[in-house]
Amino acid sequence: MDMSLRKNTPLSGPLAGIAFGRSLAVPLAVVALGVLAPWLVSAYELNLLARFLAMALLAMGLVLVWGQGGVLSLGQGVFFGLGGYAIAMHMKLAALADGDLPDFMVWSGLDALPWWWVPFKSPLVAILGVVLVPGAVAALFSWAVFRRRVGGVYFALITQALALAFATLLISQQPSTGGFNGLTDFQTLMGVELGTPAAAHGLYWLTLALVVGVFVALRALMASRYGLLLRAIRDGENRIRFLGYDPTPFKVVAFTIGAVLAGLAGALFTLHAGVVSPALVGVVPSIEMVIWVAVGGRNSLAGAIAGTLAVNLAKDGVSSAFPDLWLYALGLVFVLVVTLLPGGLAGLVADAGAAGLGKRLKTLIIGEAK
Amino acid sequence: MGEWPLIAGQVFNGFSVASLYVLAALGLALSFGLMRVINMAHGEMLMLGGYLAYLTLQVVPGPLGILAAMPVAFLGAAAVGAVLETTLIKRLSARPLDTLLATWGVSLILQQAARNIFGAIGVDVRAPQWLNHAYTVQSGLLEGLTIPATRLFILAVAFAVMGALSLLLARTRIGLLVRAVNQDRGMAAAAGINVRAVDLSVFCLGTGIAGLAGVVLALLGPVTPNVGQSYVVPAFLVVVLGGLGSLKGTAIASLIVGLFSALVQILVDVSLAQVLLLLFVIGFIQFRPQGVVAVRSRVLDA
Repeated sequence: MDMSLRKNTPLSGPLAGIAFGRSLAVPLAVVALGVLAPWLVSAYELNLLARFLAMALLAMGLVLVWGQGGVLSLGQGVFFGLGGYAIAMHMKLAALADGDLPDFMVWSGLDALPWWWVPFKSPLVAILGVVLVPGAVAALFSWAVFRRRVGGVYFALITQALALAFATLLISQQPSTGGFNGLTDFQTLMGVELGTPAAAHGLYWLTLALVVGVFVALRALMASRYGLLLRAIRDGENRIRFLGYDPTPFKVVAFTIGAVLAGLAGALFTLHAGVVSPALVGVVPSIEMVIWVAVGGRNSLAGAIAGTLAVNLAKDGVSSAFPDLWLYALGLVFVLVVTLLPGGLAGLVADAGAAGLGKRLKTLIIGEAK
Repeated sequence: MGEWPLIAGQVFNGFSVASLYVLAALGLALSFGLMRVINMAHGEMLMLGGYLAYLTLQVVPGPLGILAAMPVAFLGAAAVGAVLETTLIKRLSARPLDTLLATWGVSLILQQAARNIFGAIGVDVRAPQWLNHAYTVQSGLLEGLTIPATRLFILAVAFAVMGALSLLLARTRIGLLVRAVNQDRGMAAAAGINVRAVDLSVFCLGTGIAGLAGVVLALLGPVTPNVGQSYVVPAFLVVVLGGLGSLKGTAIASLIVGLFSALVQILVDVSLAQVLLLLFVIGFIQFRPQGVVAVRSRVLDA
């Protein structure tokens, strides 16, 4: 990596003070635009935007895990799915009278609710479940792997196997998971009628608020001592060991935060999309999540949001009209971004900035620019 | 049919699945040992081998078509491997995680290309007459046990490839160079070995073997655009279990994965078997994080 440890974003360091005025104005304008979106775009477009913003939560988690921690997870779909299914199970149960079973269970000939469905009757359990279940699974899983110093490519391959196992399990346990079709047809959430414009706006604003909140929180975390150590572990795990740190907890915490954000993203996505299914959580969607962040810039939170929106908008536009073309394009994006643009869009912006005014200032302040 | 034939049948199944995994994983493991990169498009080399077998059988029908298909698939997949290595993987060799993503992109493109050329449903490769029968145990403890000839053929191919490869590695000059680079890349380069040429030839050899695996795979079921995907994820787990670039480790790990999956499937369904396999792998690395066979080395940051 050509970045020094302290540097969080390309514009921090000596340039931060100069760039601050500009860098605060742009995000504020973007957020203002986001808040006003319900009046600016159609209901359909707002729903798309809301879905993509939910996914951006997951993408920001990947910035922490992959960009900062150097841990590539090809299984984020699992945590996305756990969050999505947690809220979906609650909504299925909430629509029923006591003792009734969700329709797909009746069709499959089940006569009692599976035990692991029962707690999700309570809205509190469901909401806690959205963050705690993915968090707990991720913490246990990553601790078991990292404590034995298995990481890097091995970890990526194991997470991919996790995504495959999870999706296959969901499909095969059709009577209790809804199988390939997943869970859908939700009516209300905590007494609020879903599907009304008011509910759609409210959920959209909730998502936007979470995106902004998580952005600010992760930024602070990345700038903290923890963030510094995480980057240090990424760049030289054994050196950090020799300095007396145990890297395992740092990586486990990062992975767990990433999973919690993925769970949250999954729950919100499920609310916006009205469905959660194995097609959203398997091997292919999981690795696509990584490409959102790769396109945006793996070390930039703003880049991750932009990348998520850009890739998904492109997918929505291209894949409905030319489904074949989309897969070629996606494949090419994987190849080209990784080989030619490892810093993603954020890297491009930073380079453009550095080439102009920034470069001259940098030379002035810190001497010869690299 | 009692319990014994069932268990023996699953053990045999495990061996034949293991031989597919070993063919799929050998290339991955060898290149991983040398370059620390995993080619996510490796599954598509299996797919390519399958389609090449299909095409060869169109040209060479008859009982020996399948034998003609094997060198064709080997060379075809090796050639694609050469293109992939020189255009993409070489550029990314210092960034193993990025290689995963870039080669995944290649895998998407190859799958879609196969879908456009051959259709999404897949094509059938019919086993020739001499493979199209089964042996049944007529008496004794294992009465009723049926062993299809195709499965025996797969086993034979796997053994032949393993034998040839271990001879190549142990007895030839090329093998010596490969072992040298595998043990210490820097020292090997310093001693004048053309490390890049070794990388390239091992990568091509590995993709070629995957192409060969595709031919035997085609005997088991239809060749579809994503036929490789279902074999490549277990093959990745084999690499994780096997240890860095070890032939023996890869073989043992394939056997472990194959037998574990087959035996667990006596008790649970396929999807639960997958979950249990994953738990088994995580459990295994608690005891042997370095894999089944580890090359001893003083290098810390491998």
